[in-house]
Amino acid sequence: MSDSPRLAPATPLNPRRRGIIIGASDGIGAALARKLAKEGYALALLARRKDKLDSLCAEINSAAAETRALAYEHDVLNYDEVPALLTKITADLGGLDLAVFMAGVNFPPGLASYNFEGDRRMIEVNLIGAMAWLTPVAEMFQSAGSGQIVGISSVAGDRGRVGNPGYNTSKAALTTYLEALRNRLARHGVHVLTVKPGFVKTEMLKAAQGATPFAADPEKVAGDIYKAMLKRRQVIYTASIWRWIMLIIQHIPSVIFRRLSF
Amino acid sequence: MQRTFTQFENFGHSLSVPAYAAAPLTTGEIHSVFQLAKKMGLPVTARGAGRSYNDAALIGGGIVLDMRGMNAITSWDASTGLITAQPGATLEQVWQKVEPDGWWPPVVSGTMKTTLGGCLSTNIHGKNNFKMGTIGEHVVEFSAILPTGAEIVCAPKKNADLFYAMIGGLGMLGIFTSITMQMKRIHSGLLTVDAFPVQNLRGHLSALLDGAPNNDYIVGWLDTMTGGKGLGRGQIHAARYLHEGEDSNPRETMKIENQILPPRIFGVFPKGLLHYFMRPFSNNLGWRGVSTAKYIASLRTHTFRQSHAAFHFLLDYIPDWELSYGRGGLIQYQSFIPKETAESAWAEMLSLSCRNGLPSYLGVTKRHRPDKFLLSHAVDGFSLAMDFKVTNKNRVRLGSLLQEFDRITLQAGGRFYFAKNSETTAQSAKSFFGGETIARFKKLKKRCDPNGLLESNLYRRIFGD
Repeated sequence: MSDSPRLAPATPLNPRRRGIIIGASDGIGAALARKLAKEGYALALLARRKDKLDSLCAEINSAAAETRALAYEHDVLNYDEVPALLTKITADLGGLDLAVFMAGVNFPPGLASYNFEGDRRMIEVNLIGAMAWLTPVAEMFQSAGSGQIVGISSVAGDRGRVGNPGYNTSKAALTTYLEALRNRLARHGVHVLTVKPGFVKTEMLKAAQGATPFAADPEKVAGDIYKAMLKRRQVIYTASIWRWIMLIIQHIPSVIFRRLSF
Repeated sequence: MQRTFTQFENFGHSLSVPAYAAAPLTTGEIHSVFQLAKKMGLPVTARGAGRSYNDAALIGGGIVLDMRGMNAITSWDASTGLITAQPGATLEQVWQKVEPDGWWPPVVSGTMKTTLGGCLSTNIHGKNNFKMGTIGEHVVEFSAILPTGAEIVCAPKKNADLFYAMIGGLGMLGIFTSITMQMKRIHSGLLTVDAFPVQNLRGHLSALLDGAPNNDYIVGWLDTMTGGKGLGRGQIHAARYLHEGEDSNPRETMKIENQILPPRIFGVFPKGLLHYFMRPFSNNLGWRGVSTAKYIASLRTHTFRQSHAAFHFLLDYIPDWELSYGRGGLIQYQSFIPKETAESAWAEMLSLSCRNGLPSYLGVTKRHRPDKFLLSHAVDGFSLAMDFKVTNKNRVRLGSLLQEFDRITLQAGGRFYFAKNSETTAQSAKSFFGGETIARFKKLKKRCDPNGLLESNLYRRIFGD
């Protein structure tokens, strides 16, 4: 029906799962795409940069010796095109079992200055972008009575810090949004996983100021996400040491915390 | 008409695929679904009772037309035996309508829950295929709506090319909207049934071959758990209609209440629960025990009378029996092989599956004859249908076993049936249909469905380029 290249349909003995990754061109998204394709998933990969997506798809498909990944050029800020694009992708994949919202931007304003334009973009991409995608996905999964949603939030959402109020806010709001989705959808058989990565060796890390301890490889983060999907965990930190670090940070009293410079 | 995103399954619960569900009640509503599908770029497939073991009534991410709402029997003439019904009407509705008047559907499936539209799309056969052919041979006329919006009427001598292509056409050319069929006259609600054992595959197949000319129905149960000398052993059931006068009170035996299967065993135990008690046996060891016990019980040769419904609808005898296969569900593998090559091909298949520790849990054999429908699965020979339990552990091994089966079947000049096999590849289909048949079908498809709106997972698998 559609013009996209064809994936082999699922059969009882090859019941391939079908997933969509929004923000897949590099970093954790690309690593997760490689991991899921290796596990037999049929994937729709979305990003703004079509050339990067195309080469990722080519790499995945040649490694699998069959078509497992399809590329779709999409800017998360085009909220209005989401419902129709989701319908098209679901038809191209032959169904949908998994949606991963990975897209995120980070514009640190610097300790001394303020940047409304940057803050606004972070909310528009990291939060509203997620809502634009996960709303129709949630409707679909709720109606079908199954499905899995993975949202990439961040340890940065666990506390408001001096360095990047806009980013903290976008991720805190995303964490809460995902929690609410989980509470809505669990009763319909839909699983929602919140992923809180610490520092990850990606393009975004270059924007971070100061030290970046425990920085993990994107492949390690992708592996952790896949494991958590299988176990149907609710919230994970990756690397896992961040669970303990954030436990401490969350309990630092404000009287001290507001004097710290990170 | 509401559309909801729903998970749809195959009959064996081994494949689950989500799609938008639309339930049309009129031909006009089917037409508007086509228009919507065209606008949204979505594929459409029709679904009846969902009794196909494979992906014939599934379209992942597309629109499933749930035809069960269009199920009226619009006319019935007890003097000529002509019945007209909408495609969602089930065989259950049909036989219950015609039998009290002394008629019976000439061809039925192993379950009465199937819809006429589904039966025609896959061109089903029964235990009398060698004598009565497929269901399509008893269709007098049908109407259908094409994806273009055109409404057509087809009969063996009217739009004959479409008549012979849409029956067995997997719902890929258009959607049936009305079906007229000729019923068969009967003189009793009972059949005379002979049951006798066969010791091995050669005995099994010659019993089917020799028994067919003298009977109206013939079917074999094959003990798939036993190899060696007893390979292919089993039991044959051969049945005949009663002649006029043989039943002293046909009015009584043809009453629906004397046909339908009792809901409880010994009047006490509800059969709806039976599948739970079958689960513990649903493994290689347990099923070996069950098969051996069944074979020993079948050693007695005897003749008895049985109602039509009880003889035909074995699959309805234990409600939800398919759930006894557990979470992974089941698949069915059926091969149709010419009578000259069937014995050696099935001997190879049966010993392969035993050797690989992947025995089938149920084997059913039938006698067949060729027919002239475009996508025909029939041969002058036999069919063997085998059920396999699917588990997370056996998927890959079972997949390679079935590839071997395909190779053996094709080498023996065999064919496959598209309400059953779920793993047949496009290459296998092309190899037994021949490129010319597929080209003819695709040419008709281009004519009826220029935008390619009708697509099922099965169509993508078998005819995908």
